[in-house]
Amino acid sequence: MTTRYRLVLVVMALSLLAVGAVAIGLSVGSVKMPFAEVMAGLLDPAAPGASVIRDLRLPRTLAAFGCGGLLALAGALMQVLLRNPLADPYILGISGGAGVGALLAIFFGLGVAGLNGFAFAGALLAILIVFGLAHGDGSWTQTRLLLTGVMVAAGCGAVITLLLSIAPEERLRGMLFWLMGDFSQGVNPTYALIGVAVIGLLTAPLARDLNVLIRGNDTAKALGVSVSMVRIAIYLLASMATAVSVTTAGSVGFVGLVIPHLTRMMVGNDQRVLLPTSMLAGGIFLVLADTLARVLIAPQQLPVGVVTALIGVPVFLYLLNRTRYQ
Amino acid sequence: MMSLHGSSVDVLKAIFKVADVELRVGQTQVSKALGFEVYPGEMLAILGRNGVGKSTLLSCLAGLPRGEMAGDILLGGKTYQAWGDRASACWRGWLAQKQQDQFSATVLETVISGRHPHLNRWSWESADDRALALASLAAVGMTDFAARDVLTLSGGERQRVAVATILTQNPTLYFMDEPLAHLDLNHQIEVLNLLRAKAKRERVSAIMVLHEPGLAHRYCDSALLLFGEGEWLYGSASAVLTADNLSRLYGYPLLQIENPGADGQVQRWFVPA
Repeated sequence: MTTRYRLVLVVMALSLLAVGAVAIGLSVGSVKMPFAEVMAGLLDPAAPGASVIRDLRLPRTLAAFGCGGLLALAGALMQVLLRNPLADPYILGISGGAGVGALLAIFFGLGVAGLNGFAFAGALLAILIVFGLAHGDGSWTQTRLLLTGVMVAAGCGAVITLLLSIAPEERLRGMLFWLMGDFSQGVNPTYALIGVAVIGLLTAPLARDLNVLIRGNDTAKALGVSVSMVRIAIYLLASMATAVSVTTAGSVGFVGLVIPHLTRMMVGNDQRVLLPTSMLAGGIFLVLADTLARVLIAPQQLPVGVVTALIGVPVFLYLLNRTRYQ
Repeated sequence: MMSLHGSSVDVLKAIFKVADVELRVGQTQVSKALGFEVYPGEMLAILGRNGVGKSTLLSCLAGLPRGEMAGDILLGGKTYQAWGDRASACWRGWLAQKQQDQFSATVLETVISGRHPHLNRWSWESADDRALALASLAAVGMTDFAARDVLTLSGGERQRVAVATILTQNPTLYFMDEPLAHLDLNHQIEVLNLLRAKAKRERVSAIMVLHEPGLAHRYCDSALLLFGEGEWLYGSASAVLTADNLSRLYGYPLLQIENPGADGQVQRWFVPA
Protein backbone atom coordinates (compact mmCIF):
# COMPACT_ATOMS: atom_id res chain seq x y z
CA MET A 1 0.00 0.00 0.00
CA THR A 2 1.51 3.35 -0.97
CA THR A 3 1.82 6.10 1.60
CA ARG A 4 -0.64 8.33 -0.22
CA TYR A 5 -3.30 5.63 -0.27
CA ARG A 6 -2.76 4.98 3.43
CA LEU A 7 -3.18 8.70 4.15
CA VAL A 8 -6.51 8.88 2.30
CA LEU A 9 -7.82 5.76 4.05
CA VAL A 10 -6.80 6.86 7.53
CA VAL A 11 -8.12 10.40 7.10
CA MET A 12 -11.46 9.12 5.82
CA ALA A 13 -11.84 6.64 8.68
CA LEU A 14 -10.89 9.24 11.30
CA SER A 15 -13.21 11.86 9.80
CA LEU A 16 -16.10 9.44 10.25
CA LEU A 17 -15.01 8.75 13.81
CA ALA A 18 -14.76 12.50 14.43
CA VAL A 19 -18.37 13.00 13.32
CA GLY A 20 -19.36 10.14 15.63
CA ALA A 21 -17.43 11.63 18.56
CA VAL A 22 -19.03 15.04 18.06
CA ALA A 23 -22.47 13.37 17.93
CA ILE A 24 -21.74 11.62 21.22
CA GLY A 25 -20.49 14.88 22.73
CA LEU A 26 -23.74 16.60 21.72
CA SER A 27 -26.04 13.81 22.92
CA VAL A 28 -24.54 13.15 26.32
CA GLY A 29 -24.83 15.47 29.28
CA SER A 30 -26.49 16.12 32.60
CA VAL A 31 -29.79 16.87 30.82
CA LYS A 32 -30.91 13.61 29.16
CA MET A 33 -32.09 14.08 25.56
CA PRO A 34 -32.96 11.55 22.85
CA PHE A 35 -30.84 11.80 19.71
CA ALA A 36 -33.79 13.02 17.59
CA GLU A 37 -34.23 15.94 19.96
CA VAL A 38 -30.50 16.70 19.79
CA MET A 39 -30.68 16.84 16.00
CA ALA A 40 -33.81 18.98 16.12
CA GLY A 41 -32.15 21.38 18.55
CA LEU A 42 -29.09 21.55 16.35
CA LEU A 43 -31.06 22.36 13.20
CA ASP A 44 -33.86 24.50 14.59
CA PRO A 45 -33.16 27.27 17.13
CA ALA A 46 -36.82 27.24 18.19
CA ALA A 47 -36.92 23.55 19.10
CA PRO A 48 -37.20 22.59 22.79
CA GLY A 49 -33.75 22.06 24.26
CA ALA A 50 -32.15 23.99 21.41
CA SER A 51 -30.37 26.34 23.78
CA VAL A 52 -28.71 23.47 25.68
CA ILE A 53 -27.41 22.07 22.40
CA ARG A 54 -26.57 25.30 20.60
CA ASP A 55 -25.28 27.43 23.46
CA LEU A 56 -23.69 24.86 25.74
CA ARG A 57 -22.81 21.53 24.16
CA LEU A 58 -22.01 22.58 20.59
CA PRO A 59 -19.43 25.30 21.38
CA ARG A 60 -17.90 23.11 24.03
CA THR A 61 -17.65 20.03 21.83
CA LEU A 62 -16.25 22.02 18.91
CA ALA A 63 -13.75 23.76 21.18
CA ALA A 64 -12.63 20.38 22.51
CA PHE A 65 -12.20 19.10 18.96
CA GLY A 66 -10.22 22.16 17.91
CA CYS A 67 -7.98 22.16 20.98
CA GLY A 68 -7.34 18.42 20.77
CA GLY A 69 -6.29 18.82 17.15
CA LEU A 70 -4.08 21.80 17.92
CA LEU A 71 -2.36 20.10 20.84
CA ALA A 72 -1.72 16.81 19.04
CA LEU A 73 -0.36 18.68 16.03
CA ALA A 74 1.81 20.90 18.21
CA GLY A 75 3.13 17.85 20.07
CA ALA A 76 4.01 16.02 16.88
CA LEU A 77 5.79 19.12 15.54
CA MET A 78 7.72 19.71 18.77
CA GLN A 79 8.88 16.08 18.74
CA VAL A 80 10.38 16.61 15.28
CA LEU A 81 11.78 20.05 16.12
CA LEU A 82 13.56 18.80 19.22
CA ARG A 83 14.16 15.34 17.74
CA ASN A 84 12.93 14.02 21.03
CA PRO A 85 10.03 11.60 21.40
CA LEU A 86 9.33 12.99 24.88
CA ALA A 87 8.63 16.55 23.74
CA ASP A 88 5.12 17.90 24.23
CA PRO A 89 3.51 21.24 23.33
CA TYR A 90 4.26 22.69 26.75
CA ILE A 91 7.90 21.69 27.00
CA LEU A 92 9.16 25.08 25.78
CA GLY A 93 7.25 27.10 28.37
CA ILE A 94 4.29 28.27 26.29
CA SER A 95 1.70 26.98 28.76
CA GLY A 96 3.75 28.46 31.58
CA GLY A 97 3.66 31.89 29.95
CA ALA A 98 -0.06 31.57 29.27
CA GLY A 99 -0.59 30.33 32.83
CA VAL A 100 1.10 33.37 34.33
CA GLY A 101 -1.05 35.63 32.15
CA ALA A 102 -4.28 33.80 32.95
CA LEU A 103 -3.62 33.65 36.68
CA LEU A 104 -2.80 37.36 36.76
CA ALA A 105 -6.12 38.04 35.01
CA ILE A 106 -8.01 35.88 37.52
CA PHE A 107 -6.03 37.43 40.37
CA PHE A 108 -7.11 40.92 39.34
CA GLY A 109 -10.66 39.74 38.69
CA LEU A 110 -10.72 40.48 34.96
CA GLY A 111 -13.52 38.97 32.86
CA VAL A 112 -13.35 36.23 30.24
CA ALA A 113 -12.02 38.61 27.57
CA GLY A 114 -9.30 39.82 29.90
CA LEU A 115 -8.41 36.27 30.86
CA ASN A 116 -8.08 35.16 27.23
CA GLY A 117 -6.17 38.29 26.28
CA PHE A 118 -3.73 37.91 29.17
CA ALA A 119 -3.26 34.18 28.56
CA PHE A 120 -2.54 34.70 24.87
CA ALA A 121 -0.18 37.60 25.60
CA GLY A 122 1.67 35.44 28.15
CA ALA A 123 2.02 32.63 25.62
CA LEU A 124 3.33 35.00 22.94
CA LEU A 125 5.80 36.49 25.37
CA ALA A 126 7.13 33.04 26.29
CA ILE A 127 7.42 32.14 22.57
CA LEU A 128 9.40 35.30 21.85
CA ILE A 129 11.67 34.97 24.88
CA VAL A 130 12.53 31.34 24.09
CA PHE A 131 13.03 32.11 20.42
CA GLY A 132 15.18 35.16 21.10
CA LEU A 133 17.40 33.47 23.67
CA ALA A 134 17.75 30.14 21.84
CA HIS A 135 18.42 31.89 18.55
CA GLY A 136 20.80 34.36 20.18
CA ASP A 137 24.10 33.07 18.81
CA GLY A 138 22.57 31.85 15.56
CA SER A 139 23.25 28.22 16.47
CA TRP A 140 19.62 27.38 17.23
CA THR A 141 20.52 23.85 18.26
CA GLN A 142 18.07 21.37 19.74
CA THR A 143 19.82 21.28 23.10
CA ARG A 144 19.96 25.04 23.43
CA LEU A 145 16.33 25.39 22.43
CA LEU A 146 15.25 22.66 24.84
CA LEU A 147 17.24 24.04 27.77
CA THR A 148 16.02 27.60 27.16
CA GLY A 149 12.42 26.41 26.94
CA VAL A 150 12.63 24.23 30.01
CA MET A 151 14.17 27.13 31.98
CA VAL A 152 11.46 29.56 30.88
CA ALA A 153 8.86 26.94 31.82
CA ALA A 154 10.47 26.51 35.24
CA GLY A 155 10.51 30.28 35.77
CA CYS A 156 6.83 30.52 34.84
CA GLY A 157 6.11 27.58 37.16
CA ALA A 158 7.64 29.51 40.04
CA VAL A 159 5.55 32.61 39.28
CA ILE A 160 2.41 30.42 39.02
CA THR A 161 3.10 28.87 42.42
CA LEU A 162 3.68 32.33 43.84
CA LEU A 163 0.34 33.58 42.45
CA LEU A 164 -1.46 30.50 43.78
CA SER A 165 -0.02 30.98 47.24
CA ILE A 166 -0.97 34.64 47.53
CA ALA A 167 -4.34 34.41 45.73
CA PRO A 168 -7.52 34.94 47.76
CA GLU A 169 -9.42 31.72 48.57
CA GLU A 170 -12.41 32.39 46.33
CA ARG A 171 -10.25 32.74 43.23
CA LEU A 172 -8.12 29.65 43.87
CA ARG A 173 -10.58 27.15 42.43
CA GLY A 174 -10.86 29.06 39.15
CA MET A 175 -7.07 29.21 38.93
CA LEU A 176 -6.63 25.50 39.53
CA PHE A 177 -9.30 24.59 36.98
CA TRP A 178 -7.65 26.83 34.42
CA LEU A 179 -4.27 25.24 35.08
CA MET A 180 -5.63 21.73 34.62
CA GLY A 181 -7.48 22.59 31.44
CA ASP A 182 -11.21 23.10 31.43
CA PHE A 183 -14.01 23.67 28.95
CA SER A 184 -16.78 24.46 31.41
CA GLN A 185 -16.47 28.25 31.53
CA GLY A 186 -18.27 29.49 28.41
CA VAL A 187 -15.65 28.55 25.84
CA ASN A 188 -15.51 30.09 22.40
CA PRO A 189 -14.55 27.50 19.76
CA THR A 190 -13.94 29.99 16.93
CA TYR A 191 -10.20 30.53 17.34
CA ALA A 192 -9.41 26.88 18.02
CA LEU A 193 -11.30 25.76 14.91
CA ILE A 194 -9.79 28.43 12.66
CA GLY A 195 -6.39 27.73 14.22
CA VAL A 196 -6.50 24.00 13.64
CA ALA A 197 -7.56 24.47 10.02
CA VAL A 198 -5.01 27.17 9.19
CA ILE A 199 -2.06 25.64 11.05
CA GLY A 200 -2.91 22.19 9.69
CA LEU A 201 -2.87 23.53 6.14
CA LEU A 202 0.36 25.47 6.70
CA THR A 203 2.21 22.39 7.96
CA ALA A 204 1.11 20.23 5.02
CA PRO A 205 3.72 21.51 2.52
CA LEU A 206 6.48 21.06 5.13
CA ALA A 207 5.63 17.46 5.99
CA ARG A 208 8.19 15.75 3.73
CA ASP A 209 10.88 18.20 4.90
CA LEU A 210 10.11 17.06 8.42
CA ASN A 211 10.60 13.42 7.41
CA VAL A 212 14.16 14.32 6.50
CA LEU A 213 14.71 16.77 9.35
CA ILE A 214 13.99 14.01 11.85
CA ARG A 215 17.21 12.30 10.65
CA GLY A 216 19.36 15.21 11.83
CA ASN A 217 20.03 18.78 10.72
CA ASP A 218 23.08 18.03 8.57
CA THR A 219 21.54 15.05 6.84
CA ALA A 220 18.46 17.16 6.17
CA LYS A 221 20.52 20.02 4.73
CA ALA A 222 22.48 17.60 2.57
CA LEU A 223 19.14 16.35 1.26
CA GLY A 224 18.09 19.86 0.27
CA VAL A 225 16.06 21.07 3.25
CA SER A 226 16.55 24.74 4.18
CA VAL A 227 17.01 23.65 7.76
CA SER A 228 16.95 26.96 9.66
CA MET A 229 13.92 28.25 7.81
CA VAL A 230 11.94 25.06 8.25
CA ARG A 231 12.85 24.81 11.93
CA ILE A 232 11.80 28.39 12.61
CA ALA A 233 8.55 27.75 10.72
CA ILE A 234 7.66 24.66 12.73
CA TYR A 235 8.64 26.34 15.99
CA LEU A 236 6.27 29.21 15.23
CA LEU A 237 3.46 26.96 13.94
CA ALA A 238 3.65 24.60 16.92
CA SER A 239 3.86 27.53 19.34
CA MET A 240 0.88 29.30 17.83
CA ALA A 241 -1.14 26.08 17.91
CA THR A 242 -0.30 25.66 21.57
CA ALA A 243 -1.00 29.30 22.38
CA VAL A 244 -4.46 29.21 20.76
CA SER A 245 -5.36 25.99 22.53
CA VAL A 246 -4.11 27.15 25.92
CA THR A 247 -5.98 30.42 25.55
CA THR A 248 -9.19 28.57 24.71
CA ALA A 249 -9.12 25.89 27.39
CA GLY A 250 -6.11 26.23 29.70
CA SER A 251 -3.28 23.72 29.72
CA VAL A 252 -4.95 20.43 28.96
CA GLY A 253 -2.22 17.85 29.47
CA PHE A 254 -1.25 14.54 27.84
CA VAL A 255 -3.05 15.03 24.50
CA GLY A 256 0.04 16.57 22.92
CA LEU A 257 2.35 13.82 24.15
CA VAL A 258 0.19 10.71 24.00
CA ILE A 259 -1.74 11.20 20.76
CA PRO A 260 1.28 11.65 18.44
CA HIS A 261 2.78 8.52 19.98
CA LEU A 262 -0.37 6.45 19.64
CA THR A 263 -0.80 7.51 16.02
CA ARG A 264 2.87 6.84 15.35
CA MET A 265 2.43 3.29 16.63
CA MET A 266 -0.54 2.85 14.31
CA VAL A 267 0.40 4.65 11.07
CA GLY A 268 4.20 4.91 11.26
CA ASN A 269 6.37 7.99 11.28
CA ASP A 270 5.85 9.45 7.81
CA GLN A 271 4.93 13.02 8.79
CA ARG A 272 2.64 13.41 5.77
CA VAL A 273 0.41 10.76 7.32
CA LEU A 274 1.26 11.33 10.97
CA LEU A 275 0.43 15.05 11.18
CA PRO A 276 -3.16 14.94 9.82
CA THR A 277 -3.80 11.66 11.63
CA SER A 278 -2.59 13.08 14.95
CA MET A 279 -4.68 16.18 14.43
CA LEU A 280 -7.91 14.24 13.89
CA ALA A 281 -7.14 11.69 16.60
CA GLY A 282 -6.36 14.49 19.08
CA GLY A 283 -9.68 16.16 18.31
CA ILE A 284 -11.62 12.92 18.74
CA PHE A 285 -9.81 12.06 21.95
CA LEU A 286 -10.43 15.42 23.58
CA VAL A 287 -14.13 15.47 22.58
CA LEU A 288 -14.60 12.07 24.23
CA ALA A 289 -12.52 13.04 27.26
CA ASP A 290 -14.54 16.22 27.74
CA THR A 291 -17.78 14.27 27.43
CA LEU A 292 -16.56 12.00 30.22
CA ALA A 293 -15.51 15.03 32.26
CA ARG A 294 -19.10 16.27 32.06
CA VAL A 295 -20.82 13.02 33.00
CA LEU A 296 -18.48 11.06 35.29
CA ILE A 297 -19.61 12.79 38.48
CA ALA A 298 -22.56 14.77 37.02
CA PRO A 299 -23.97 17.22 37.85
CA GLN A 300 -20.47 18.19 39.01
CA GLN A 301 -17.83 18.57 36.33
CA LEU A 302 -14.21 17.47 36.28
CA PRO A 303 -11.47 19.51 34.61
CA VAL A 304 -10.85 17.75 31.29
CA GLY A 305 -7.10 17.64 32.00
CA VAL A 306 -7.74 15.17 34.78
CA VAL A 307 -9.64 12.87 32.41
CA THR A 308 -7.03 13.07 29.65
CA ALA A 309 -4.35 12.09 32.14
CA LEU A 310 -6.44 9.32 33.70
CA ILE A 311 -7.11 7.78 30.27
CA GLY A 312 -3.90 8.76 28.54
CA VAL A 313 -1.41 7.40 31.03
CA PRO A 314 -2.64 3.79 31.30
CA VAL A 315 -3.43 3.51 27.57
CA PHE A 316 0.00 4.80 26.70
CA LEU A 317 1.80 2.49 29.13
CA TYR A 318 -0.22 -0.49 27.90
CA LEU A 319 0.60 0.16 24.24
CA LEU A 320 4.24 0.83 25.04
CA ASN A 321 4.56 -2.55 26.73
CA ARG A 322 2.65 -4.38 24.03
CA THR A 323 4.87 -3.06 21.25
CA ARG A 324 8.01 -3.87 23.15
CA TYR A 325 7.15 -7.55 23.46
CA GLN A 326 6.22 -7.99 19.83
CA MET B 1 29.52 19.13 -25.15
CA MET B 2 30.01 19.03 -21.42
CA SER B 3 27.98 16.36 -19.71
CA LEU B 4 28.54 15.32 -16.12
CA HIS B 5 27.28 11.84 -16.67
CA GLY B 6 28.83 11.55 -20.13
CA SER B 7 30.84 8.45 -20.84
CA SER B 8 33.70 10.12 -22.69
CA VAL B 9 36.97 9.96 -20.83
CA ASP B 10 38.21 13.31 -22.12
CA VAL B 11 35.72 15.32 -20.11
CA LEU B 12 38.35 17.24 -18.25
CA LYS B 13 36.44 20.00 -16.63
CA ALA B 14 36.65 19.80 -12.86
CA ILE B 15 33.24 19.42 -11.23
CA PHE B 16 34.56 20.52 -7.85
CA LYS B 17 37.13 23.20 -7.10
CA VAL B 18 38.63 24.19 -3.79
CA ALA B 19 40.84 27.28 -3.63
CA ASP B 20 42.59 28.97 -0.70
CA VAL B 21 40.45 27.28 1.89
CA GLU B 22 41.44 28.34 5.37
CA LEU B 23 39.54 26.41 8.02
CA ARG B 24 39.76 26.80 11.75
CA VAL B 25 37.65 25.17 14.46
CA GLY B 26 38.24 26.37 18.00
CA GLN B 27 41.99 25.96 18.61
CA THR B 28 42.48 23.59 15.67
CA GLN B 29 43.81 24.90 12.37
CA VAL B 30 42.50 22.32 9.91
CA SER B 31 43.81 23.72 6.65
CA LYS B 32 45.81 26.65 5.33
CA ALA B 33 45.51 27.74 1.68
CA LEU B 34 44.07 24.38 0.70
CA GLY B 35 43.44 23.91 -3.00
CA PHE B 36 42.60 20.99 -5.28
CA GLU B 37 40.18 19.97 -8.01
CA VAL B 38 38.05 16.89 -8.51
CA TYR B 39 37.23 15.61 -11.98
CA PRO B 40 34.34 13.47 -13.18
CA GLY B 41 34.94 9.84 -12.26
CA GLU B 42 37.62 10.69 -9.70
CA MET B 43 37.80 9.26 -6.21
CA LEU B 44 39.68 11.22 -3.53
CA ALA B 45 40.62 9.93 -0.10
CA ILE B 46 41.20 12.20 2.91
CA LEU B 47 43.48 10.74 5.56
CA GLY B 48 44.84 12.04 8.81
CA ARG B 49 45.17 11.40 12.50
CA ASN B 50 42.19 11.45 14.89
CA GLY B 51 41.05 14.97 15.71
CA VAL B 52 42.99 16.61 12.90
CA GLY B 53 39.73 17.86 11.36
CA LYS B 54 38.97 15.37 8.55
CA SER B 55 35.24 15.28 9.26
CA THR B 56 35.09 19.02 9.79
CA LEU B 57 36.79 19.67 6.48
CA LEU B 58 34.60 17.16 4.67
CA SER B 59 31.46 18.82 6.09
CA CYS B 60 32.64 22.24 4.95
CA LEU B 61 33.48 20.90 1.50
CA ALA B 62 29.98 19.39 1.38
CA GLY B 63 28.43 22.78 2.11
CA LEU B 64 27.59 22.10 5.75
CA PRO B 65 29.46 24.96 7.44
CA ARG B 66 31.64 24.35 10.50
CA GLY B 67 33.99 26.67 12.34
CA GLU B 68 35.51 29.72 10.65
CA MET B 69 36.16 29.21 6.99
CA ALA B 70 37.51 31.41 4.23
CA GLY B 71 38.18 30.58 0.60
CA ASP B 72 36.27 29.29 -2.39
CA ILE B 73 34.40 26.03 -2.75
CA LEU B 74 32.82 25.66 -6.17
CA LEU B 75 30.51 22.86 -7.15
CA GLY B 76 30.02 22.77 -10.91
CA GLY B 77 31.39 26.33 -11.06
CA LYS B 78 29.03 27.82 -8.48
CA THR B 79 28.98 28.14 -4.69
CA TYR B 80 26.50 26.14 -2.64
CA GLN B 81 24.78 29.40 -1.79
CA ALA B 82 24.33 30.25 -5.45
CA TRP B 83 22.82 26.82 -6.11
CA GLY B 84 20.50 26.92 -3.11
CA ASP B 85 19.82 24.06 -0.72
CA ARG B 86 17.66 21.95 -2.94
CA ALA B 87 19.65 22.27 -6.18
CA SER B 88 22.87 21.55 -4.24
CA ALA B 89 21.30 18.38 -2.94
CA CYS B 90 20.64 17.16 -6.47
CA TRP B 91 24.41 17.50 -7.10
CA ARG B 92 26.08 16.31 -3.99
CA GLY B 93 25.34 13.69 -1.38
CA TRP B 94 26.72 13.49 2.14
CA LEU B 95 27.09 10.38 4.23
CA ALA B 96 27.32 11.24 7.92
CA GLN B 97 29.86 9.50 10.11
CA LYS B 98 27.10 8.45 12.48
CA GLN B 99 23.46 7.78 11.70
CA GLN B 100 21.38 9.23 14.51
CA ASP B 101 17.91 7.76 14.48
CA GLN B 102 15.59 8.91 17.23
CA PHE B 103 12.33 7.58 15.81
CA SER B 104 11.23 4.34 14.22
CA ALA B 105 11.11 4.20 10.43
CA THR B 106 11.32 1.33 8.02
CA VAL B 107 14.53 0.77 6.08
CA LEU B 108 12.71 1.48 2.81
CA GLU B 109 11.30 4.78 4.15
CA THR B 110 14.79 5.78 5.22
CA VAL B 111 16.38 4.89 1.89
CA ILE B 112 13.67 6.57 -0.19
CA SER B 113 14.28 9.83 1.73
CA GLY B 114 17.26 10.15 -0.63
CA ARG B 115 14.77 11.19 -3.32
CA HIS B 116 13.75 14.25 -1.29
CA PRO B 117 15.64 16.90 -3.31
CA HIS B 118 14.43 15.46 -6.60
CA LEU B 119 10.74 15.78 -5.72
CA ASN B 120 8.56 18.87 -5.88
CA ARG B 121 7.04 20.09 -2.66
CA TRP B 122 3.68 18.53 -3.44
CA SER B 123 4.82 15.36 -5.19
CA TRP B 124 4.88 11.91 -3.70
CA GLU B 125 7.52 9.31 -4.43
CA SER B 126 6.76 7.65 -7.74
CA ALA B 127 7.09 4.01 -8.69
CA ASP B 128 10.45 4.92 -10.25
CA ASP B 129 11.69 6.42 -6.98
CA ARG B 130 10.63 3.27 -5.18
CA ALA B 131 12.35 1.09 -7.76
CA LEU B 132 15.54 3.14 -7.39
CA ALA B 133 15.42 2.77 -3.61
CA LEU B 134 14.92 -0.99 -3.90
CA ALA B 135 17.77 -1.25 -6.42
CA SER B 136 20.04 0.65 -4.01
CA LEU B 137 19.09 -1.69 -1.19
CA ALA B 138 19.87 -4.62 -3.46
CA ALA B 139 23.24 -3.08 -4.33
CA VAL B 140 24.28 -3.17 -0.68
CA GLY B 141 22.71 -6.57 -0.10
CA MET B 142 19.93 -5.30 2.17
CA THR B 143 16.86 -6.23 0.13
CA ASP B 144 15.48 -8.52 2.82
CA PHE B 145 15.59 -5.69 5.35
CA ALA B 146 13.25 -3.29 3.48
CA ALA B 147 10.44 -3.58 6.04
CA ARG B 148 12.69 -3.64 9.13
CA ASP B 149 12.75 -0.79 11.65
CA VAL B 150 16.06 1.11 11.40
CA LEU B 151 16.25 1.22 15.20
CA THR B 152 16.67 -2.57 15.26
CA LEU B 153 19.62 -2.71 12.85
CA SER B 154 23.21 -3.47 13.83
CA GLY B 155 25.87 -0.82 13.24
CA GLY B 156 27.06 -2.41 10.00
CA GLU B 157 23.54 -2.93 8.68
CA ARG B 158 22.65 0.68 9.47
CA GLN B 159 25.77 1.84 7.66
CA ARG B 160 24.79 -0.13 4.54
CA VAL B 161 21.32 1.45 4.71
CA ALA B 162 23.00 4.87 4.82
CA VAL B 163 25.05 3.95 1.75
CA ALA B 164 21.86 2.81 0.02
CA THR B 165 20.27 6.17 0.91
CA ILE B 166 23.03 8.19 -0.73
CA LEU B 167 22.90 5.87 -3.76
CA THR B 168 19.17 6.61 -3.99
CA GLN B 169 19.89 10.32 -3.82
CA ASN B 170 22.07 9.60 -6.85
CA PRO B 171 24.32 12.67 -6.68
CA THR B 172 27.16 13.56 -9.03
CA LEU B 173 29.57 14.09 -6.15
CA TYR B 174 29.61 11.83 -3.09
CA PHE B 175 30.94 13.13 0.23
CA MET B 176 31.39 10.19 2.56
CA ASP B 177 32.62 10.41 6.13
CA GLU B 178 34.08 6.99 6.89
CA PRO B 179 31.86 5.01 4.54
CA LEU B 180 33.47 1.78 5.76
CA ALA B 181 32.74 2.34 9.47
CA HIS B 182 31.24 -0.75 11.16
CA LEU B 183 31.50 -2.79 7.96
CA ASP B 184 32.99 -6.29 7.74
CA LEU B 185 35.90 -6.69 5.34
CA ASN B 186 33.75 -8.23 2.60
CA HIS B 187 31.25 -5.37 2.84
CA GLN B 188 34.06 -2.80 2.84
CA ILE B 189 35.29 -4.15 -0.48
CA GLU B 190 31.71 -4.42 -1.75
CA VAL B 191 30.97 -0.75 -1.04
CA LEU B 192 34.25 0.40 -2.56
CA ASN B 193 33.73 -1.78 -5.65
CA LEU B 194 30.26 -0.33 -5.99
CA LEU B 195 31.58 3.24 -5.89
CA ARG B 196 34.46 2.44 -8.21
CA ALA B 197 32.04 0.93 -10.74
CA LYS B 198 29.72 3.92 -10.50
CA ALA B 199 32.64 6.30 -10.95
CA LYS B 200 33.78 4.42 -14.07
CA ARG B 201 30.34 3.92 -15.57
CA GLU B 202 28.46 7.09 -14.61
CA ARG B 203 31.43 9.44 -14.09
CA VAL B 204 30.33 10.30 -10.55
CA SER B 205 33.06 11.43 -8.17
CA ALA B 206 33.64 10.76 -4.49
CA ILE B 207 35.52 12.48 -1.69
CA MET B 208 35.80 10.28 1.37
CA VAL B 209 37.46 10.10 4.73
CA LEU B 210 39.20 6.74 5.00
CA HIS B 211 41.29 5.13 7.71
CA GLU B 212 42.95 2.38 5.71
CA PRO B 213 45.69 3.80 3.44
CA GLY B 214 45.94 0.47 1.59
CA LEU B 215 42.30 0.65 0.51
CA ALA B 216 42.72 4.34 -0.30
CA HIS B 217 45.61 3.44 -2.61
CA ARG B 218 43.72 0.56 -4.19
CA TYR B 219 40.48 2.45 -4.88
CA CYS B 220 41.21 6.16 -5.02
CA ASP B 221 42.81 8.23 -7.76
CA SER B 222 44.05 10.93 -5.46
CA ALA B 223 44.67 11.53 -1.77
CA LEU B 224 44.73 14.46 0.61
CA LEU B 225 46.74 14.08 3.80
CA LEU B 226 46.03 16.37 6.75
CA PHE B 227 49.04 16.69 9.05
CA GLY B 228 47.59 19.14 11.58
CA GLU B 229 48.47 22.83 12.09
CA GLY B 230 46.88 23.44 8.69
CA GLU B 231 49.59 21.51 6.84
CA TRP B 232 48.43 19.26 4.00
CA LEU B 233 49.66 17.23 1.07
CA TYR B 234 47.62 16.56 -2.03
CA GLY B 235 48.46 14.49 -5.10
CA SER B 236 47.81 11.29 -6.99
CA ALA B 237 47.26 8.31 -4.71
CA SER B 238 50.43 6.55 -5.82
CA ALA B 239 52.56 9.64 -5.29
CA VAL B 240 51.13 10.62 -1.92
CA LEU B 241 50.46 7.28 -0.27
CA THR B 242 54.01 6.19 0.52
CA ALA B 243 55.55 4.73 3.66
CA ASP B 244 57.44 7.98 4.30
CA ASN B 245 54.42 10.27 4.07
CA LEU B 246 52.16 7.94 6.03
CA SER B 247 54.74 7.37 8.78
CA ARG B 248 54.90 11.12 9.19
CA LEU B 249 51.10 11.40 8.99
CA TYR B 250 50.37 8.90 11.73
CA GLY B 251 53.51 9.61 13.76
CA TYR B 252 54.50 5.96 13.70
CA PRO B 253 56.91 4.13 11.37
CA LEU B 254 55.04 2.10 8.73
CA LEU B 255 56.30 -0.57 6.36
CA GLN B 256 55.08 -0.66 2.77
CA ILE B 257 54.24 -4.09 1.34
CA GLU B 258 53.50 -4.43 -2.36
CA ASN B 259 51.33 -7.13 -3.80
CA PRO B 260 50.17 -7.60 -7.42
CA GLY B 261 46.37 -7.38 -7.50
CA ALA B 262 44.10 -9.50 -9.71
CA ASP B 263 43.42 -6.47 -11.93
CA GLY B 264 47.13 -6.07 -12.69
CA GLN B 265 47.43 -3.00 -10.49
CA VAL B 266 50.06 -3.16 -7.77
CA GLN B 267 48.43 -3.00 -4.35
CA ARG B 268 50.22 -1.27 -1.50
CA TRP B 269 49.58 -2.22 2.09
CA PHE B 270 50.95 -0.43 5.09
CA VAL B 271 51.66 -2.15 8.38
CA PRO B 272 53.07 -0.75 11.63
CA ALA B 273 56.80 -1.49 11.78
